[in-house]
Amino acid sequence: MGKAIGRFVLKRLGLAVLTLFLLSIVVFAGCMVLPGNVARAILGPFADQRAVDALNHQLGADRPALSLYWEWITKLLHGDMGTSYTFRAPVAPFVRDALVNSLKLAALAFVIVVPLSILGGIVAALFAGRWPDKLISLTSLSLTVIPEFVSSIALLLIFAIWLRWLPLSASFPADAGALTQIYYLLLPCLPLVIVLFGYFARMTRAGVVEAMASDYTRTAILKGLPRRTVIIRHVLRNALLPTITVIASQTSYLIGGLVVVEGLFRYQGIGSLILTAARGKDFPMLQGGILTIGALFIAAVLIADLIFLLVNPRTRTSLR
Amino acid sequence: MTAQTTMLDAEPGSTPIVFEEPRIRSRWSLLFRSGTFWVGAIITGFWACCAIFGPWVVPLDPFADDLMNTLGPPDALHWFGTDQLGRDVFSRVIVGARDILTIAPLATIVGTICGTIVGLVTGYFGGIVDMLVSRVIEVMVALPLIVVALLVLVALGPSTPAVIVVIGLVFTPLIGRTVRAAVQSERDLDYVDAAQIRGENALHIMFVEILPNVLPPILVEMTVRLGYAIFFVASLSFLGFGIQPPSPDWGLAISENYGVIAGGYWWTVAFAAGATGSLVVGVNLLAEGIHGALTG
Repeated sequence: MGKAIGRFVLKRLGLAVLTLFLLSIVVFAGCMVLPGNVARAILGPFADQRAVDALNHQLGADRPALSLYWEWITKLLHGDMGTSYTFRAPVAPFVRDALVNSLKLAALAFVIVVPLSILGGIVAALFAGRWPDKLISLTSLSLTVIPEFVSSIALLLIFAIWLRWLPLSASFPADAGALTQIYYLLLPCLPLVIVLFGYFARMTRAGVVEAMASDYTRTAILKGLPRRTVIIRHVLRNALLPTITVIASQTSYLIGGLVVVEGLFRYQGIGSLILTAARGKDFPMLQGGILTIGALFIAAVLIADLIFLLVNPRTRTSLR
Repeated sequence: MTAQTTMLDAEPGSTPIVFEEPRIRSRWSLLFRSGTFWVGAIITGFWACCAIFGPWVVPLDPFADDLMNTLGPPDALHWFGTDQLGRDVFSRVIVGARDILTIAPLATIVGTICGTIVGLVTGYFGGIVDMLVSRVIEVMVALPLIVVALLVLVALGPSTPAVIVVIGLVFTPLIGRTVRAAVQSERDLDYVDAAQIRGENALHIMFVEILPNVLPPILVEMTVRLGYAIFFVASLSFLGFGIQPPSPDWGLAISENYGVIAGGYWWTVAFAAGATGSLVVGVNLLAEGIHGALTG
């Protein structure tokens, strides 16, 4: 069995590396080939051609794309993400600091949303077709589709302007302790919670409904087990498995939301790093930021697959 | 989609045409009895009317500055107050439906057409084409759509055609995946075999034989994507990479004015936010209604 799992892990790892490689090409192409001309994109359409040529030469962008890619990718593999055009300093430390900040925000959102949505999904499924189900399903559907900047504005107006309970900006003082940081991050994490709640709750509900209709649940009920035991030991154990995969697959979505939320709340995370780099046409910073989140997503999916494999008794036996 | 497949599988010897009419009619009646569909249709219809007739019905010119009357609170003349340049917020919210309801549907149509072609080709031929496209899809979903859009828009420079192309492009593999799955379940049915034996070429089989049979899932996917398109156009405009000034677009209005809400000027952003939220929810309810009716 150990060998089969090892082979599966290796195969998944190989696929992840392949996806990462393709991703690097896409990101590189987006930043280098699409503009056709990096300096023209930076200097704008009215810049003098000589200035454009000079900047292209200075940046090394006048060489063939393939050699540029090779240089970029070899440096990257040594942990060098290049030099920011805007800050004239290495990109990697910026990305690292931003990532730490974003992880704090994302972790807080997850800590709030995961138990809440799983509970919501279970309640909806147990009352399937009746009013608690309709209420939860309709609310989660509506909340999920609302853009983060819209819910952020609504939350800002209510909690920061009207009630004055929470601060307007997410940038906490440099020496802030954990609790103060959470206080500052509460408002920015709520829009993410709102969007994710819908996805997770719907998936949980679907999983629970399916498990409730299954033969093993009927067997458990007919066996005379108490309803509580049936739900906790038989239904939930099977129903919550797909939720793991959904949670991982939403990492990418979460990061997309971070771009908007961090920009709006002026929080120095990976989302606002990408946004600032995009506005300033800071291509090395943009490449570094985007590739980092892509890698993060691929890692999250890989880890979720492995957890799924270890938790799910069916895949365990089928691999034996 | 499952319901549709079983329906077709249940009548292996018959041609689908015989069963086509009653099936479609019952679907329509299902659709019209769906409350979700109607609520969505009314909200979306309202904003569509604003987009079409808005410029003729608004009380004040949505583009006219009034620097003597900036950030004025709601009153009898300016129902929703005025913004930082003294422009009438009510008129701007009504006319603001226009750009987003032009760009988002166009982007959805571009994505649906390209995605349908990709899905038909990969689903019908399978093999190496299929494998390549699946890899590309995997890379695409590894990046948040908004980040892909940012990447391309930085390179091309933000403009209306660029936004349409970017969103269409991003949707292509996603819609292609749905169409591919539908085509794969049709590919082995008798009518496709019959067409092959008749000697029809692949193009004819894909577009004349299979396409009409996979239209329902394509329609569902299209309405769902329209909801996402509105989401993206609004978010991109908010970030400064979508619709450009001086458009009264909602996302743009919020990004222009949210800096002043600390001063208590809530009306400059609240109505635009409410409008965006209601449109997105409306389109999604519409999609949910159509989904429910077409897939049983």
